Amino acid sequence: MIELGKYAGAVIGAYGLSLALLGGLIWQTLAANARARRDLERQENRG
Amino acid sequence: MIALLGRDLRLAVRAGGGFGLGVAFFLILCALVPFGVGPDTAALQPIAAGILWLGALLACLLSLDRIFALDHEDGSLDLLATSPLPLEGAVAVKALAHWITTGLPLIVAAPLFGILLHLPPAAIPALLGSLLLGTPALSMLGAFGAAVTVGLRRGGLLLSLLVLPLYIPTLIFGTEMIRRGQEGGDMGPPLLFLAGITAGVLAVIPFAAAAALRVNLR
Amino acid sequence: MSIWEYANPVKFMRTSGAALPWVVAGAAVCTVTGLVWGFLTPEDYRQGSTVKIVFLHVPAAMMAINIWVMMLVASLIWLIRRHHVSALAAKAAAPIGAVMTLIGLITGAVWGQPMWGTWWEWDPRLTSFLILLLFYIGYIALWSAVEDPDSAADLTGVLCLVGSVFALLSRYAVFFWNQGLHQGASLSVQPGERMSAVYRYPLYLTMLGFGLLFLALLLIRTRTEIRRRRLAALQAREMRA
Repeated sequence: MIELGKYAGAVIGAYGLSLALLGGLIWQTLAANARARRDLERQENRG
Repeated sequence: MIALLGRDLRLAVRAGGGFGLGVAFFLILCALVPFGVGPDTAALQPIAAGILWLGALLACLLSLDRIFALDHEDGSLDLLATSPLPLEGAVAVKALAHWITTGLPLIVAAPLFGILLHLPPAAIPALLGSLLLGTPALSMLGAFGAAVTVGLRRGGLLLSLLVLPLYIPTLIFGTEMIRRGQEGGDMGPPLLFLAGITAGVLAVIPFAAAAALRVNLR
Repeated sequence: MSIWEYANPVKFMRTSGAALPWVVAGAAVCTVTGLVWGFLTPEDYRQGSTVKIVFLHVPAAMMAINIWVMMLVASLIWLIRRHHVSALAAKAAAPIGAVMTLIGLITGAVWGQPMWGTWWEWDPRLTSFLILLLFYIGYIALWSAVEDPDSAADLTGVLCLVGSVFALLSRYAVFFWNQGLHQGASLSVQPGERMSAVYRYPLYLTMLGFGLLFLALLLIRTRTEIRRRRLAALQAREMRA
């Protein structure tokens, strides 16, 4: 583990929050895309 | 155009509250502020300009959805769109009617409320000037917001979300002008900026608002 | 062969599908390497270890502005040439831009707390970003409020144009209103004002990484929107049949 000194909380907090936000965005993007793809396939196979 | 202006004004008067309601709201807001921050002159004086401008902003916002909503419901908006009058002109007239019914009473009442909030008398001309220059922009931007949200079911909340950020520059220069008037500073730069924004808004926004209206009437 | 061929949804789907794995890989490599490299940089003699936050803050802030510009361009293309893919790309970009703005604000606040002694300061740059966030929120809200997709694209397009002017106006108004605490641009061409190379190279890499990340997310989201649009069209056809 690298030494972060007295600002460890700030640095880890900033990275943690940002990566959580980015992760949430990526997850939401992928989930919505998967759902749209699935719904579309189902509709195309029916018709 | 003049006929349209007269019709809108008459409707506002007959419906009642067109003139009075905004001012009443303004009064209530100014009366509530001292309860929130305390009655001291020292506490009220520095924020009086900001409160007055915020009050004007919110009072203006309250009546925005009425600019087009009623005409949209009874179909007279479609008539306006197909009439020989350009829709841009109709939008400008409607914004003007909104300004006369909401902005003008606010300006007349503002010095009174300024005294309530211990605004020094020296700042009253700055207050009047800034409101006179700024509020037409508020009405016109509001007409744009109302045109965008006219067909929507829950347009009211969205309208404030869209319009309030557009009010930021006007608010900044308006309060800055009063602050400088209060401290005896140079009012020129904020006055010019305020007038510039209003002139630009009046020139350009009718086209954007008319474009949005055409989309919503399709 | 012109760029407008990509305005055809089928063509766009095929090309973006082929390009997507490469963009995703590039985004992952650049972002992860850049951030790890940035995390391992030595401490700054004044800022201590908080200097590491810059590798998130600057790329996110840069993308927040660039994404709005991209939305403006896409809106203009939609309003002038009526290419549906363009409108959908603008719609797809907005949430990414909002998240980037939020990351810029949060990392700025976390960095500002130990450095300036305050989480938030009504500084021109910070305030401008807050205003930008408001514009993003309004834009996204308008997209979700209008039901007819073409009307929604038109209205949000007009809002984007007006919003761009006012976002810019607000930025200069805010400078007039309050003098700032924020330092100037982090990357300057004047040699004396530059950051040292230790920090500059990982920063370039994360900036590239965030750009590619945006491109990857944008492509995926636009593909999602195109699929949704196609699904709605198929369902509408079925209802009529």
